[in-house]
Amino acid sequence: MFYREAGDFKTSYREDSQTFPIKFDRYRYYAVLAVAFGIIPFVINDYWANAVFVPFLIYSIAAIGLNILTGYAGQVSLGTGGFMAVGAYACYKLMTAFPDISIFIHVILAGGITAGVGVLFGLPSLRIKGFYLAVATLAAQFFLVWLFNKVPWFYNYSASGQITAPDRTVLGYFVTGAQTTATAKYLFCLVMLTLVAVVARNLTRGTVGRKWMAIRDMDIAAEIIGVNPLTTKLTAFMVSSFFIGIAGALFFAVYLGAAEVGEAFGIQKSFLILFMVIIGGLGSIFGSFAGAAFLVLLPVFLKNLLVGQLGWPTDLAAHIELMIVGGLIVVFLIAEPHGLAQLWRLAKEKLRLWPFPH
Amino acid sequence: MNAPSEGYITPDGRKIGGVLMEMKNITLRFGGVVAIKDISFDIREGEIRAIIGPNGAGKSSMLNVISGFYIPTEGEVWFKGRKRGPMKPYEVARLGIARTFQNIALFDGMSVLDNILTGRLTLMKSGLLSQAFWYGAAAKEEDEHREKVEKIIDFLEIQNIRKTPVGRLPYGLKKRVELARALAAEPRILLLDEPMAGMNVEEKEDMCRFILDVNDEFGTTIALIEHDMGVVMDLSDRVVVMDYGRKIGDGTPDEVRNNQDVIDAYLGVAHG
Repeated sequence: MFYREAGDFKTSYREDSQTFPIKFDRYRYYAVLAVAFGIIPFVINDYWANAVFVPFLIYSIAAIGLNILTGYAGQVSLGTGGFMAVGAYACYKLMTAFPDISIFIHVILAGGITAGVGVLFGLPSLRIKGFYLAVATLAAQFFLVWLFNKVPWFYNYSASGQITAPDRTVLGYFVTGAQTTATAKYLFCLVMLTLVAVVARNLTRGTVGRKWMAIRDMDIAAEIIGVNPLTTKLTAFMVSSFFIGIAGALFFAVYLGAAEVGEAFGIQKSFLILFMVIIGGLGSIFGSFAGAAFLVLLPVFLKNLLVGQLGWPTDLAAHIELMIVGGLIVVFLIAEPHGLAQLWRLAKEKLRLWPFPH
Repeated sequence: MNAPSEGYITPDGRKIGGVLMEMKNITLRFGGVVAIKDISFDIREGEIRAIIGPNGAGKSSMLNVISGFYIPTEGEVWFKGRKRGPMKPYEVARLGIARTFQNIALFDGMSVLDNILTGRLTLMKSGLLSQAFWYGAAAKEEDEHREKVEKIIDFLEIQNIRKTPVGRLPYGLKKRVELARALAAEPRILLLDEPMAGMNVEEKEDMCRFILDVNDEFGTTIALIEHDMGVVMDLSDRVVVMDYGRKIGDGTPDEVRNNQDVIDAYLGVAHG
């Protein structure tokens, strides 16, 4: 009915292989971009920025990063929290060491440093697979958190052992520190996320992405047709850690402002992002957004519903909320193991034919 | 028994060139088990070469040696007049040796198109950064390769399923997609491991036609393993017969058919 391909002819291969081949999808994408860049920045307030949008944007970046490694390249990782910590501490050290350079560059560089660390911890993936690799990356998680706790150089010998983001600006607007406005925080993260998402999408639809998926689906056949497993797996670790490092830097500098490594980047964070990827849909960029939205929005929504609407005590609501989120995850994974992205695909396929059944 | 060194003309008029690949005294052992014992044969430019033999004769092991998946315990593999040292499988792929598998090894999560494009990996050169922003070289390269892949899709008559995830396809079509993926690499030599296994008569006929067409149109050298004797005798120019890891016959289908050792291996010998 309102969602169809009829009449939408492709005259070149480039048109055919673009990200949104269906016109309706493309317009919807432009509409989302227009709302995100043109409307939300003007109406956003501190509550919405801190409770919903900024965490959603940052977790989306991290989820895209992990999805590249786990969803596209098939390498399970439980080290996400540790890699985010690398991004955060790299960003902190850069911010304090070179105060004159734009934080935009610091965040990108922090991603680069995390990429290097990711490659290092990705080396075992050449020998071990599946659950065993997950355990190896778990070692990375614990080691990195331990390292940032134990070596005072990383937190500039501060007495509390915490790292605190100094005030930094982009184009004259504060994006870190106490004077930051909700709009600036939001826009800074949004620009980063847009960049990350476009790059991730381009990589996954091209040669690199096909190599990753080949390794994921059948590594022996991939090797026979010319995929070098060493470089392919390490590229996946590199790109994935790059994005996760950016997410970690933003999480610390823009969202938290001050962080203690065990609390902010502990094993819970690794699991949270892994859940986002699984619930959203492995091997799908859209799924990364959907999973992040689900796990960021659901607790906020439940809290508002239980405390705000029903007037329950806060502590009771907090516990019930955990149980409901956990329960929903289980129900959801039984109903649709391929995640929100698959539900979305099915819905689109139905909509294309609607109102006809076939 | 063997063809002359300078190449020859087949009865149906195709020109067969010089030796493209030569196996010299190949022996392959797994611990105490001898899978292949001192086998030598050659594959000529442009010919269809079959390897046949009863179950457990070592045919698949032989193919794995050719494709570089196994490294022979003894003996040498010569390719394009040069000795091929021990190589990783992906390095062998870059030499221009492509193969299909006995039990289909496609990438189930990817579309037919992506599977076939993956076959062209060894020919793609654009770097990570240019792909990340999809500008210039990467985008252009993608289009060029897409065009080549579309030719193969046309050739193998799988246009209607190009966007379908491979996991959803029936067996016969999967086999065809796998052939397409191997062809996409524009190989010098194409190895087919039981391309007709598990197919019905119609599918077999289709596959035979495709194999002959590939050989005819692209001039691709083909080495194949097959159980169906009728198919092998019709398709191939020369046949190697293996039994218990040894070579018991080598020659044109007619020569092989009249070879007493081959008859014994296939029909059994009276003990008594």
